[in-house]
Amino acid sequence: MWAVSAGTIAYCSAKVRAELDDSKIPLMGVLGAFIFAAQMINFTIPVTGSSGHLGGGLILAILLGPYAAFLTIASVLMVQALFFADGGLLALGCNIFNLGFFPAFIAYPLLYKKIIGAQPTATRISVAAMIAAIAGLQMGAFGVVLETIVSGVSSLPFSTFVVMMQPIHLAIGIVEGLVTASVVSFVYKARPEIMQSALNARPIGNHPVRKIVLAFLAAAVVTGGIISLLASENPDGLEWAIAKVTGHNELKEPENALHGSLKVLQEKIAILPDYSLKKPAEATKDKLQPEAVQNHPSAKPETKSETPKNPAGTTVSGLAGGAITLGLAFLIGFILKRRNQNGTS
Amino acid sequence: MSHHIVEVRNLQHVYSDGTAALKDISFIITHGESVGIIGANGAGKSTLLQHLNGSLEPTGGSIHIGHTPLSKGTLPDIRRTVGMVFQDPDDQLFMPTVYDDVAFGPLNLGYSIDDVEQRVTEVLELVGAGHLRDKPPYHLSGGEKKRVAIATVLSMSPDILVMDEPTNGLDPFARRQLMKLMKDFKHTRIFTSHDLDMVLELCGRVIVLHEGEVWADGPPLEIFGNSKLLAECRLEKPLSMQGCPVCGNNPAKDIN
Amino acid sequence: MASIHNAVLDLKRLDLLANGNSSIHRLDARAKVLVTLIFTICVVSNDRYELTALFPFFIFPVAMISLANLPPLFIMKKIALLCPFVVAVGIFNPVFDRVIILQLGSIGISGGWISFASIMARSTLTVGAAFILVASTGFTAVCQALEGLGMPKVFAVQLLFLYRYIFVLTEESGRASRARELRSCGKKGQGIHSFGSLVGHLLLRTWQRAERIHMAMLARGFTGAFHASRQSRFGIPEIRFVLAWSALFIFLRFQNASQLLGSLVTGLFP
Ligand SMILES: Nc1ncnc2c1ncn2[C@@H]1O[C@H](COP(=O)(O)OP(=O)(O)O)[C@@H](O)[C@H]1O
Ligand SMILES: [Mg+2]
Repeated sequence: MWAVSAGTIAYCSAKVRAELDDSKIPLMGVLGAFIFAAQMINFTIPVTGSSGHLGGGLILAILLGPYAAFLTIASVLMVQALFFADGGLLALGCNIFNLGFFPAFIAYPLLYKKIIGAQPTATRISVAAMIAAIAGLQMGAFGVVLETIVSGVSSLPFSTFVVMMQPIHLAIGIVEGLVTASVVSFVYKARPEIMQSALNARPIGNHPVRKIVLAFLAAAVVTGGIISLLASENPDGLEWAIAKVTGHNELKEPENALHGSLKVLQEKIAILPDYSLKKPAEATKDKLQPEAVQNHPSAKPETKSETPKNPAGTTVSGLAGGAITLGLAFLIGFILKRRNQNGTS
Repeated sequence: MSHHIVEVRNLQHVYSDGTAALKDISFIITHGESVGIIGANGAGKSTLLQHLNGSLEPTGGSIHIGHTPLSKGTLPDIRRTVGMVFQDPDDQLFMPTVYDDVAFGPLNLGYSIDDVEQRVTEVLELVGAGHLRDKPPYHLSGGEKKRVAIATVLSMSPDILVMDEPTNGLDPFARRQLMKLMKDFKHTRIFTSHDLDMVLELCGRVIVLHEGEVWADGPPLEIFGNSKLLAECRLEKPLSMQGCPVCGNNPAKDIN
Repeated sequence: MASIHNAVLDLKRLDLLANGNSSIHRLDARAKVLVTLIFTICVVSNDRYELTALFPFFIFPVAMISLANLPPLFIMKKIALLCPFVVAVGIFNPVFDRVIILQLGSIGISGGWISFASIMARSTLTVGAAFILVASTGFTAVCQALEGLGMPKVFAVQLLFLYRYIFVLTEESGRASRARELRSCGKKGQGIHSFGSLVGHLLLRTWQRAERIHMAMLARGFTGAFHASRQSRFGIPEIRFVLAWSALFIFLRFQNASQLLGSLVTGLFP
């Protein structure tokens, strides 16, 4: 996933550099910062009384067009992963894909643009934003399911997983759609030319899909090696990705049933990766590992825990040695610090 | 471009939403003049300044800088000649560190890295911001930001310095520092301000804008002496000319 | 809102730390980025039941904090902020994975607890390393280094702009949302309508700001290209730094130093 996302970033960068006017450069950066700023503003969700805030992918696509939007989403997620206690650097690849690619390259061109048609009106724009937001999130959620299944870390049956993920994301999608629609229609009333200019920025059909696929493949091969190994064997990335898709409209203050369960789910899957990378042989053996099950409340842990192989380190002497090394590490640090201070003073 | 004359002829500007911000503005500013452009909020001052380096395109009329008409082709040259300090330094300081920001212009002009380094150092010293060199802009105070913003423009050695409300939001000390800086700049200076005392102190000439038109153009004393004009344009006399009821100072004495 | 606000404050603090002047700070950013990447890969690629092999890796963050003169408490606090997330991930492991894999005297420790501890250790290490990288290098330099290591320029520039204006915009939005809270007397007026127009206004102001920034860039001769403002130097100290640390990490990855040391010690005192 890292590879694919990196590939898309590279491709979009080339695209943006080649085709967009340079006024987009500050615009993208500032709008990225805007996503953070906008997330500081909450609103009360009408029925449930909980609070939500602006997601990001779709609104950026509407304002910037797909390529620039994708890059902007990627940068927002990157900064969030790095600084905003949003952990999961390794899952970044999946997230960028699920939260960036789907809204920018699928929901926006194929739904939003089709619905608003050639003569946009305020109503059409609201409806389109709503539908595209819901669809985008559904795809994101489905993406998570597929990634999990394909990577072979989950013993959860495909159908159970889908049944669990999709409805929740329908609820979240509606909230996101509501928010996006309200902001977009405001902008449309105040400055229609902004949205017009984004619309005129080339439709996706203009360039051959083959090129995108080639770029993906090339990047996948290049970045392949270690990183793709990590990506495909790394279950937690996916877990975190789930949390991320879910977490974007984090619903606080559990006040009703749906809400409460959402919160529980979110907590349970709000995952910092448990970064486990199995060696291929082990990975196949561990297929039945209840890893994903553990992290999903609705799933019963009916799978029996298979006896894990006892890795070399997990022995008494290993632990003793570990304690000593840990002590040594801090001691060395302490000495270095002392030396450092003596050196500077 | 020998004498860096700024000539504005019948300039008009209508924004895309239909606001007619400038209606038929004309004036000529010669080399070395220090001109203050004053007027109420929304009078069109910022709009006017943004035309001087081609940030906005005129709806009608023309602008010549040193006898060169402003057009697409001459834009790069003119932008080099006219250094523009924007109203909000946060808009002007977009690079990661002060150094990068000040180096941005010279690098775009194609100077070598060593030349740029030297220039940046000089200019930062000049505005008294040498110690801020490696700081990111969001760690600067308002006055520091403003001085650095000016440095970013001075590093391109402009012949004409244009500033939009340079002392806006500064504390008295920072304001003084800035005024000294502006006094020391030898070339043409054009700036807008609501700080009429500063205008009085720094300018040899004042242009009064009102609703997109020039209502007066002349020496500061003459303009600030005309109470009727000031009232019509929603302006006031500078404090230093209002006379001080407490100490009974005669205002006229203080000037010059 | 408060959480984003606090995160921004911490961000500023991290950034200020990067202004320090230690041997680590002076290294070229690319060297530090490379070492951090290799470190992360070596840590993360350990088996999920691996615990003791992770301990020796603590030498890296500890040494960096000391050498770069970073405030250990602040870094620990930043890492601790992540704990709830990590605990939430790992806490189910002991529940579902009860197979005893380690006997400590009479107490049996299950695989779940081991993997839980392993998750904690791994995230502490990797997150810590990322914070230390930023605190000793600065986000800007990290971006530039990533660019030097092959990240597309447009993306690097995009990240820099984003980072720069997070500070300006979060402040603006903080003011706007406080004003709305004050006027909305408790709960009323916090609904979707005022939200839409508030965020919409913020968006329009942001848009105008972007236009002004672009003007300011053009006014200073911007023609679409960003030029490097410094000569970068990847000299002997950088090469030494990268080689030494990567060699250590790779050694630690394939050789459980704790185990070695432990058997040595327990062998000596049977
Ligand atoms: N981007 C814009 N779009 C539409 N109207 C604008 C814009 N900028 C300024 N105006 C309008 O143009 C007029 C002049 O504005 P401005 O030049 O900023 O005034 P000043 O700087 O003197 O306060 C005002 O009525 C203002 O509302
Ligand atoms: Mg103005």
